[in-house]
Amino acid sequence: MTVLVVQLLTGIAGASALFLVAAGLTVIFGVTRVVNFSHGSLTMLGAYVAWSVVTRLPHTPAGFALGVILAALALAVLGAGLEVVLLRRLYRAPELLQLLATFGVVLIVQDTTQAIWGAEDLPLARPHWMRSFVAIGTERFPFYDLVLIAAGPLVLGALWLLLHRTRFGTLVRAATQDRDMVAALGVDQRVLFTAVFALGAGLAGLGGALALPDGSANLQIDLSVITDAFVVVVVGGLGSLPGAYLASLLIGVLQALGILLIPKLTLVIAFAVMAAVLVLRPQGLLGGTASTPRESAAPPLVRPAAPVLRAAGLALLAALIAAPLVVGPFALTVLGEALTALLFAASLHFMMGPGGMPSFGHAAWFGLGAYGAALAVHALAWPLPAALVAAPLVAGAAALAFGGFVVRLSGVYLAMLTLAFAQIVWAVALQWSDLTGGDDGILGLWPRGILARPHAFYWLTLGVAVAATLLLRRALYAPFGYALRGARDSTLRAEAIGLPTARLRLVAFAIAGAAAGLSGGLSAFAKGSVFPTYVAIGRSVDALLMVLLGGVQTMTGPIVGALAYTGLYDTLLLVTSAWRLVLGLAVVALVLAFPQGIAGAAQRLWRGRMA
Amino acid sequence: MTVLAAEGLRRSFAGVAAVRGVSFAVAAGEMLALIGPNGAGKSTCFNMLSGQLRPDGGRVRLDGRDITGLAPRRIWRLGVGRTFQITATFASMTVRENVQMALLSHRHDIWRMWCAARTRHVAAAMALLDPLGLAAQADVAAGVLAYGDLKRLELAMALANEPRLLLMDEPTAGMAPAERSALMRLVRAHAAVRGIAVLFTEHDMDIVFGTADRILVLHQGSVIATGDGAAIRADARVREVYLGSGETSGGH
Repeated sequence: MTVLVVQLLTGIAGASALFLVAAGLTVIFGVTRVVNFSHGSLTMLGAYVAWSVVTRLPHTPAGFALGVILAALALAVLGAGLEVVLLRRLYRAPELLQLLATFGVVLIVQDTTQAIWGAEDLPLARPHWMRSFVAIGTERFPFYDLVLIAAGPLVLGALWLLLHRTRFGTLVRAATQDRDMVAALGVDQRVLFTAVFALGAGLAGLGGALALPDGSANLQIDLSVITDAFVVVVVGGLGSLPGAYLASLLIGVLQALGILLIPKLTLVIAFAVMAAVLVLRPQGLLGGTASTPRESAAPPLVRPAAPVLRAAGLALLAALIAAPLVVGPFALTVLGEALTALLFAASLHFMMGPGGMPSFGHAAWFGLGAYGAALAVHALAWPLPAALVAAPLVAGAAALAFGGFVVRLSGVYLAMLTLAFAQIVWAVALQWSDLTGGDDGILGLWPRGILARPHAFYWLTLGVAVAATLLLRRALYAPFGYALRGARDSTLRAEAIGLPTARLRLVAFAIAGAAAGLSGGLSAFAKGSVFPTYVAIGRSVDALLMVLLGGVQTMTGPIVGALAYTGLYDTLLLVTSAWRLVLGLAVVALVLAFPQGIAGAAQRLWRGRMA
Repeated sequence: MTVLAAEGLRRSFAGVAAVRGVSFAVAAGEMLALIGPNGAGKSTCFNMLSGQLRPDGGRVRLDGRDITGLAPRRIWRLGVGRTFQITATFASMTVRENVQMALLSHRHDIWRMWCAARTRHVAAAMALLDPLGLAAQADVAAGVLAYGDLKRLELAMALANEPRLLLMDEPTAGMAPAERSALMRLVRAHAAVRGIAVLFTEHDMDIVFGTADRILVLHQGSVIATGDGAAIRADARVREVYLGSGETSGGH
């Protein structure tokens, strides 16, 4: 029994740290509507700054507390700076573009942090008072975890006072409900937003600093924290602080108890909870009805490709077909990767652009296709072509089965549900080692026979990827694509002229899943192996970056984006070890320069010249 | 011949009765205007007829068939076109493509994935746009259209499925006075030739009395008068509601 109590308390302690980070995220989202993907990076910086400060101060409770507060303040200043320099310029931009910009920040912070503090994990040497224990029955409970347990409700209470007893808090709550009305009443939004961002970043830094003694300052914090924090915010209801605390408790406790009961499920629990909440109560536990999305510019018309563009595409295709005659095997591998990336990006664009369904977990279908193909070869001894057919079928069938839940949601909620599913697939790939080989993956998938020759496999990749991408494009110009776009433009009107919007979205979702699966299958054979990283969040982010860089509202966007991204990535990898920094800066610069993506900007320039 | 029959429609929102037992019928070729001060329950009635809202009680019949509570898209398939008070069109498509979209849906083409959508039903789309004066704007993006033109576009889309019943929620809002009567004359001619039953709401009383065969006055969720223009003009309760004491005014 005491074991259970101690485990429960451990869970609540974990929940506190999680809540601090999630509270910052939910406050920022509530007021500015920015989905701040760099929030995990702020938490990571909080941990590093705290490490630097605390190790230099006396090793007393007061010294530690001072260090934690200084770290939180430092992050608040940094957050305000981030808002003024970058995000302020993007409030009128589409939501997904803000997301892209914050991805850029993630990359920049990664390399900068590594440059300052090094690649090694930095554990905090715990002073004596921190290592002491409290006796609970026959068990010992770490004293520091009690501090953490207290920190959650304390911060929640302080925030409640701030939001309900001060003028600033009133403004924040008003802006969360109706931002435009607050602006109409003469409140300077810029100051308010900067302050809110500083508050949120400070909370992120506080969370990172307080979690430091139980772990270390390391470079993995950013992505691991951001997914957990998003889960908490979505489960609790976007913008709701008590909801965030409740969700942290729920997930923290379930996770702590899950370790006792079914250790294998720990990776999935948080995401399973989120999936269940989104399916049963889409607005989250304590979320109100979401405020209406802000007016954004009308999406541009979709026109057939101009003759020039068509000619350029054909020339590119001819060059790609002829490539094996000119370049060596290494370049062929790189080109093959670019082509699979192209299909992957096109599949995400299919559902995200015309379909209006953004996804944070597109890697799920890529990974399912890759594992499907790998298992077809490995367990069923199928030949490569049959396995390549199996890849899209497996992924498409899974997308069809899961899509029923997804297509009822929209916006961030929809994107988070796809992320939940991707994380569940990832956990299964990692933990069902009998089938998937776990962390070791499935090896030895090299193509055999004639396809073992690099030329032959390259041409197969080229043929399959280009054909599938063109088919997707064709469907978007066909009545199906128009109906899908109609459902996105105005669901009300679409239903009023007889369009079954939910079924249209579901079919689009399944097609996108199948195409991503095909891309995964190609990738499995190109690499000769499959690993859980195929389903990891980084892969989903790659797809998002490619689509957003190219421009989500243009038909050529995914093609341009995929080629630009893989080109940039491969080039940077060759010339610099700080490729994340350069890539991140490039992404931020591109977002600021071309809010419609590269293809969108080119289109605009072109039309401007014609006019 | 009765096309649409509403029988005792009721609907409340959070305990407040918006529509309390409204019954009426519209015949083929007839134009029935639904008027009343703001908050009388006109839009609620409309939304129950076309499926956006489910009534708490009562029945809606189309050609005698019970369509109460059916989804909007099913009701559309049975031959009901509608326009919205706040226009809803496809902003990323041209004016013609918007109408083509309605035609594609009407002709069960939407699951085709190979043929190019923009080359289908072009002539039929232009035939719908031309009489409404939108032919010149066929290639303009619907997202940049003036409000009056959007209303016209909605009408063209509503007519694309050769409806038996046309529901128009403030069809002339945002138009110049001359345009208003021209549009309503067009609707009238259309309704007469094809035997379409038309139900519309309107704040412009010149339009209402100039085009409606019959007028139905709603007040606080109930029908207080029904009849032709002269009868409505003479009705004491209608005068009270529209002109009378400060308590009940609020109409136009």
